[in-house]
Amino acid sequence: MTQPVLSVRNLKVEFVTRRGILRAIDDISFDIAPGEVLGVVGESGAGKSLTGTAIIGLIDPPGRIAGGEVLLQGSRIDNLPKEAMRRIRGKRIGMIFQDPLTSLNPLFRISEQLVETIQTHTDMNAQQARERAIGLLTEVGIPAPEKRIDGYPHEFSGGMRQRVVIALALAAEPELIIADEPTTALDVSVQAQIITLLKKLCRERGTAVMLVTHDMGVIAETADRVAVMYAGRIAEIGPVREVVQHARHPYAKGLMGAIPTLETAADRLTQIPGSMPRLTAIPKGCAFNPRCSEAFARCFVERPDPIPVGVSQVACWLYKYGKEAAA
Amino acid sequence: MFGYLIRSVLQAIVVMLAVAFIAFSMFRFVGDPVASIVGQDATLKDRQELADSLGLNDPLLVQFARFVGNAAQGDFGISYRQGRPVATLLRERLPATIELAVISAALALVLGLGLGIYTALRRDGWAANLVMSLSLIGVSLPTFLIGIGLIYFFGVVLRWLPTFGRGETVAFGWWTTGLLTESGRKSLILPVVTLGFYQLTLIMRLVRSEMLEVMRADYIRFARARGLTDGAINFKHALKNTMIPVVTITGLQLGSIVAFAITTETVFNWPGLGALFVKSVEVVDIPVMGAYLMFVGLIFVVVSLIVDMLYFLIDPRLRTGGAVPAK
Repeated sequence: MTQPVLSVRNLKVEFVTRRGILRAIDDISFDIAPGEVLGVVGESGAGKSLTGTAIIGLIDPPGRIAGGEVLLQGSRIDNLPKEAMRRIRGKRIGMIFQDPLTSLNPLFRISEQLVETIQTHTDMNAQQARERAIGLLTEVGIPAPEKRIDGYPHEFSGGMRQRVVIALALAAEPELIIADEPTTALDVSVQAQIITLLKKLCRERGTAVMLVTHDMGVIAETADRVAVMYAGRIAEIGPVREVVQHARHPYAKGLMGAIPTLETAADRLTQIPGSMPRLTAIPKGCAFNPRCSEAFARCFVERPDPIPVGVSQVACWLYKYGKEAAA
Repeated sequence: MFGYLIRSVLQAIVVMLAVAFIAFSMFRFVGDPVASIVGQDATLKDRQELADSLGLNDPLLVQFARFVGNAAQGDFGISYRQGRPVATLLRERLPATIELAVISAALALVLGLGLGIYTALRRDGWAANLVMSLSLIGVSLPTFLIGIGLIYFFGVVLRWLPTFGRGETVAFGWWTTGLLTESGRKSLILPVVTLGFYQLTLIMRLVRSEMLEVMRADYIRFARARGLTDGAINFKHALKNTMIPVVTITGLQLGSIVAFAITTETVFNWPGLGALFVKSVEVVDIPVMGAYLMFVGLIFVVVSLIVDMLYFLIDPRLRTGGAVPAK
């Protein structure tokens, strides 16, 4: 097997607050292979975005990485000095945020923002950087890029701005893109375009993608593998088809079951009873146990670690002891 | 751009006319000018003739038009008290006030900006905290108290600096300056600090809070994710956005430095416009008060014009005006 672009090993992220230390990401591990798209799904507050922020080293105090390792092409990056980490950001890991309307600095021309990014990471002179910037805009599908490049962000529509943001993230040909809900703030009609574009560009370059979203449609269309997060932990991770069609973890099952389909006419939307626990009140044992219809004694005592089930990894006691033990 | 400029200038003219009208009405509200000019034993006929020759029997609008016309040409009438043209009186006093105000404003602006940025970037440093605590003095203590305190300490106890007047001045035509003599420079120090201190602390605190606000913006997060250097992020992306609200408030504050140097000039017996105004109020010298009022109005109008222009330079969103953003 080839070396993964990104390996996250037992990552823990904590927030130090007056009421004690809150663990927002609790011991998660996953790999992303070159050219692979890993979808990360879960409810708000499950730690999806925070995982991306932790990988790129942008967690602000009082948050901190409390344990584990982040490896990029096999070498650790979570313990690098500030300056070395800065050089990796943008250059080797690109990031795309949720809201394209606010991701671009309103006071600077698109050209200035592109050129400064390119020049930060390469030795190009201003002229070369500008040409490269125009090339990038062409690639992300901005019409008449030689003209539009000197426009300001407010002169672009939301979808066009997200294209510019993608161009910025790809400016230095990173090995990995972390896309944090890249389509959530966009019109549905534009969402598909952006996702298609992102997928195409990454396939052409062999860029690996970590796609954080709560849109299962986007995941099903785009991702190769998917990780389902719950309360700062990974509940299930596996090939996208497997997880969407044969989810094993009761939470993942609930999540997939909650996707409305046109084929089955249902009067009510399916839902998972209850809500995700607050960080201050994560139950002992499996974090999902209060909402789980299949929970048994062990689930309330000990936390399950991910174990291989078929081609997936599932953190659930059901699959260690079988349904019989549960009964 | 051009339309915006024209609009600003037109607004300025309307404001100046309104101020002129208030100044003009003062003459009518405060006693009968004829009575204050002629003696007690003047006949009715004498009074009529004087009123005619002064144009007091013309319709109000004609009188106002004449007042504005004269003012526009720098003729503000004759001081009741001193019997000399008001314009000459103002001209004698103007250099002292301008010199004091401009140096105070420069001090407040440079130090206010510098310290504001410093305290925002080193938010938790001990030096920044010290500066912030000290700035409370400037914000909360009244100007005259600071002035008197400075006089006591540096003038009376240490005997380092003069406590009143401008010292020796050098004349260039009608302009006089204290900057070229040692006593003139020494005399400037305490009034400048007194006048500028409040504005300095205000600007500093404003810059700090705006900058902290901007640093939380999405485009700053994205700039970090692009791997830009701290220098580029702080001094290019964050600072320019900080400047938009800062320019407004600062502009008006600097306007009020010039306009209301009254307290400082009184405390230091500074031979400027403010001191002249205070004396005029004591003896109800209406022409001088009216002219001073218009001077203050003019300063504010000019400053807001400059602020409008600066907005224009800083914020490209204004430059496109009503143009529909291209899709």
